[in-house]
Amino acid sequence: MEVQPNDFRRMSEEEFDTTKLLAHASRQARERGYEKFPIVDVDSHHYETESMSEILEYLDDPVLKQVALASFKPNAKNARLMNTMVGYQDMGGRIPRYGLRSLEKAPAGKELRDTTLTKRWMDAVGVDVAVLFPTPMLALGVHPQVEIEIALSRAYNRWLCERVLAHEPRLVSMLYLPFNDPDATYEFVKEFSDKKGVVGFLITSTRYRPVHANQYMKTYALLEEMGLPIAFHGSYHWHDQAQGMLNRFISVHALGFVWYNMIHLANWIINGIPERFPKLKVMWLESGLAWIPFMMQRFDNEYMMRTSEAPALKKLPSDYMRDMFWASQPMEVTDMGLLEQTMRVIKAETQLVYSSDYPHWDFDLPSTIYDLPFLSDAAKRNILGGNADKLFKLNLTGKKLANVP
Amino acid sequence: MPEVFVEKLSNFADGDRRIVFHDGLEIGVFHWKGSFFAYQNLCLHQGGPCCEGVIMNKVEDVLGPDKTWRGQRFDENEAHFICPWHGYEYDIKTGECVGNRSLRLKSYQTIRRGEDLYVVAG
Repeated sequence: MEVQPNDFRRMSEEEFDTTKLLAHASRQARERGYEKFPIVDVDSHHYETESMSEILEYLDDPVLKQVALASFKPNAKNARLMNTMVGYQDMGGRIPRYGLRSLEKAPAGKELRDTTLTKRWMDAVGVDVAVLFPTPMLALGVHPQVEIEIALSRAYNRWLCERVLAHEPRLVSMLYLPFNDPDATYEFVKEFSDKKGVVGFLITSTRYRPVHANQYMKTYALLEEMGLPIAFHGSYHWHDQAQGMLNRFISVHALGFVWYNMIHLANWIINGIPERFPKLKVMWLESGLAWIPFMMQRFDNEYMMRTSEAPALKKLPSDYMRDMFWASQPMEVTDMGLLEQTMRVIKAETQLVYSSDYPHWDFDLPSTIYDLPFLSDAAKRNILGGNADKLFKLNLTGKKLANVP
Repeated sequence: MPEVFVEKLSNFADGDRRIVFHDGLEIGVFHWKGSFFAYQNLCLHQGGPCCEGVIMNKVEDVLGPDKTWRGQRFDENEAHFICPWHGYEYDIKTGECVGNRSLRLKSYQTIRRGEDLYVVAG
């Protein structure tokens, strides 16, 4: 078999440059006139492990810090503080940026490399403000040591707030909550909610804690009082016994990223959390859109027969879902008719928010929304930026921050 | 139809490719197993630079006579170029999207003139 070397714009591996990789996206931005309205990306990522030596400096516990620093030394081959997921998102090298982006150069100087590289792709695709999330830490919810989840996520949150969000107005985040410990979850909201660039809080969905447990009510109440949204971010887990029956990554990815959000959404609604916290804004990230009409129909149908098992509800499950916010990526586009109906039932014009998931393999460009033939111009602008602007109180009021090359 | 210079044949090894630009159009030209193939460098999915991705042979399942699965192998007779953005795969000899062969990249004619290779950009 013959495998060609990377051939992006005749870049050598050492010259890998996101601006060049995304040159066609920049052309889309210019041709579609993205300079006329703000674009907010509610779910994007960086690789926090590339900054881990800095992040670990924010650990409080001196013993854990010593173990952590030792485990990240180059010669610590058998030391793993962080759990990792089995899988191959790079498709066996078919998506070359997975390997190459770690080699990408950023000018040394005042700005953090993470910030520079993030703004580089934002500019290339025309995104003005991005909600930034980690990548490997999406799996921390199934770490066997709850205290490690708490310590690492607190260190990450502190690093993100101090080193990134405090300096770059185009980057905001919904901060990681260590949901396996309800008390620590509550404390995190109190500790970080007033930090610059914190626009909400995130639950990485891959975990085994039911969202209706009484211990979480104080956190939901606090978030509702603060007016900050809570978001559930999908992921996969090949060690899950059910997903373990799937033998290909395509299957684990397709189902895994929806599976945990389906469970959390079911518990959230059937236990009447929306009735208990009617002003709490809830978001669902990185599960795409196709699962939503399924959940609406499935639970409406059963609720009409088994109403007594969900006595807290005052309306149909789908009616509560229509009050929630949905991130678009990875938007299933192989049947435009189904997609149009999905957008109709979720009230996309006010409830859908664009997300890219960049730099991950299944990212969506703003054109995935902009080019939809059945949306009005007003709806497109709401989905691409207006809805998120309002939800996160960004006050962009038409400001353009992206510098499309 | 404008003929756009691609490369001197002596500089264009079998297995290599060139991306040529003409009036806003990008064309990927492949030299593959003695033939030349040219396609628009614009992925049918989200517009990525599909002709610039890695080239890999088609993957196929190997089944035994009793229909049991025995493993996988690469098909040495079918090569794909793969869009670096999201992984859409295209048959290098036809430009068909291998996930749905009713989708096909726009193709272009190549012309040899002496020692030079041209592509007809239209």
